[in-house]
Amino acid sequence: MKKYSGFLAISLLAGGLQAAMAGDITGKVTLSGTPPPEIVNDHIKNDPVCGPMHSEEVTTHFYVVGPNHELADAVVMISNISGKSTGESAPPVVLDQKGCLYSPTIFAVQTGQKVLVRNSDPVLHNVHVVPGPGSANQEMNKAQIQGAPDLTFSFSKPEKFLKFKCDVHDWMFAWAVVVDHPYFAVTDKDGNFKISNVPPGKYTVEALHRKAGSTSKEIEVTDAGGKVDFTLEVPKPK
Amino acid sequence: MSRSTKNPWLNRFAWLTVLATLVLVGLGGLVTSKEAGMSVPDWPTSYGYNMFFFPISQWVGGIFYEHTHRLVASFVGVLVVALTRWLGGRSSCKYLLIIGIAEVIAGIVLPHINPQLKGAGYFLSGIGGVVLLAGMVWVNNRPAGEWPRRLGWLAFAAVQLQGLLGGLRVVLYYDSIGILHAALAQIFLTLLAAVALLTSGWWNRLSEMWPAMVDRSRLRPLLGATTVLIFAQLLLGATMRHQHAGLAIPDFPLAYHKLWPPMDAQSVAYYNQNREELTGVNPITAFQIGLQMAHRIMALAIGLAVAFCAWKTRSRLGGRHPLARISLGWLGLIIVQIFLGAFTIWSNKAADVATAHMVTGALTLVTGAILTIIAFRVLIPAHVPVRESVEPAAAGSQLAPGVK
Repeated sequence: MKKYSGFLAISLLAGGLQAAMAGDITGKVTLSGTPPPEIVNDHIKNDPVCGPMHSEEVTTHFYVVGPNHELADAVVMISNISGKSTGESAPPVVLDQKGCLYSPTIFAVQTGQKVLVRNSDPVLHNVHVVPGPGSANQEMNKAQIQGAPDLTFSFSKPEKFLKFKCDVHDWMFAWAVVVDHPYFAVTDKDGNFKISNVPPGKYTVEALHRKAGSTSKEIEVTDAGGKVDFTLEVPKPK
Repeated sequence: MSRSTKNPWLNRFAWLTVLATLVLVGLGGLVTSKEAGMSVPDWPTSYGYNMFFFPISQWVGGIFYEHTHRLVASFVGVLVVALTRWLGGRSSCKYLLIIGIAEVIAGIVLPHINPQLKGAGYFLSGIGGVVLLAGMVWVNNRPAGEWPRRLGWLAFAAVQLQGLLGGLRVVLYYDSIGILHAALAQIFLTLLAAVALLTSGWWNRLSEMWPAMVDRSRLRPLLGATTVLIFAQLLLGATMRHQHAGLAIPDFPLAYHKLWPPMDAQSVAYYNQNREELTGVNPITAFQIGLQMAHRIMALAIGLAVAFCAWKTRSRLGGRHPLARISLGWLGLIIVQIFLGAFTIWSNKAADVATAHMVTGALTLVTGAILTIIAFRVLIPAHVPVRESVEPAAAGSQLAPGVK
């Protein structure tokens, strides 16, 4: 018994020390170039149930850009780590269907981590998960009538931009980046991100956006953390 | 004893079935055009309800198209079973009873073999029940001719396979099944149109109005080959539509502003990044771009082939011959089809335009098949010896009189 207590104490101490030694990677993602104008969503406007839920015009959100070119909805992740998922013990991510739109539209989740899909609408939806070509994740399609309990999904393999869609309302889609470690973040409306509790070391950090592509940088993280900024570009023709 | 041969009511019922099937094909096209094929995740139930009792208040968005497609498909299934019984006469009852019982039993057993096929089991039991009922209709009618009966049985098999394919596509998530479902729909419609033709009074009088001629210009293989080319084009179109990627090439007649679009990985990545999709379509791939280019080239080839058929039939048989007249109508359909194809791209794949393009494609296939069947009736291959007196064939008993 004493041996086990000692072992437990040492493990806890080691974990605590490691956490104390870990830092945060912070930074900002900006967009270079002028993005194309967003499209007005006339599908939702013409829907007799979903249309009245929006008093203002609904548009697409391919590029959410701030006044100083800050880019939201970019996923920033460490790309030279794998197999370190803590998804099964991580709190679930909630994907809400509200106003016949997914919220959030872009999110990141660990392998094995639960995604709870909620229907907050007075209308039914189907939740159709469509992995990309060649993906090892499974396609799924579940019905969710109004007032039904949350649906639970989880994914076993990393994937960039796995799609959630509703086939009842064809304009509804959201994208998940599935990562097999906990070191990632999604930029907020100011383009800022923070990846927490990164152990000291040298890493490759990647910023990716569904339309603006991706870019990577090398960074060294110390006990005080690390800082890296990214600039993604609006694609140009060859 | 009522006679199925030369029965105008049988022919009218056959045409009713063709019309209902055309509506069904159109609805199916609309389901794909609206990307609504997966809007009802379960089958043959609908959101847990028996599909015939699914509340109308829940027929929202894409569900409206998918669910009405399933309901109309059920109606067409019943029509085809009834048509098969009518064509087959009283002697078909025993076959229908055997098939019906086998399907009901298979439907009960299937879920125990593989729980994932529970829906298929329910479907089989349901359709088996309808077939059993048809087998119990003890009206003493004579069967129709040999060919209408055969085609009727083929349509009977096809409609049930279609129902299974449609359902399995939904529960097994295979786009390849969707492509097969689309292709079989075209064949199924063509089969029914052939039945309607072969049971018509016009067909019975055809040999009297137009005695058999020697086919020195090889019109029979020409019409047949052009029809097969159209079917290949429909397969291409079905494969394109079931990629669920929207428009792989957004402009016409150029492709990404070029005669032939760049298809390297960097260019395709640019197309995807630059595309502003309102709906959740799949990414564009080089394969899809290649498919669309093949579809465009094939459209040109078909336009030329059908124009050639129209000219050839007119010059060899005269403008009043039914083959010449129908070929001219065929050419008109193809011209409309090519325009609809262009308009599909110009309208950014508007669902109604894309569906009209699909339905017109089906009509061009049916027209080609009808022409080929008529050609085999009124034209004799040049190498076949002709009898001294050519007798008109009995309705539906053979396709080419005078052929030994």
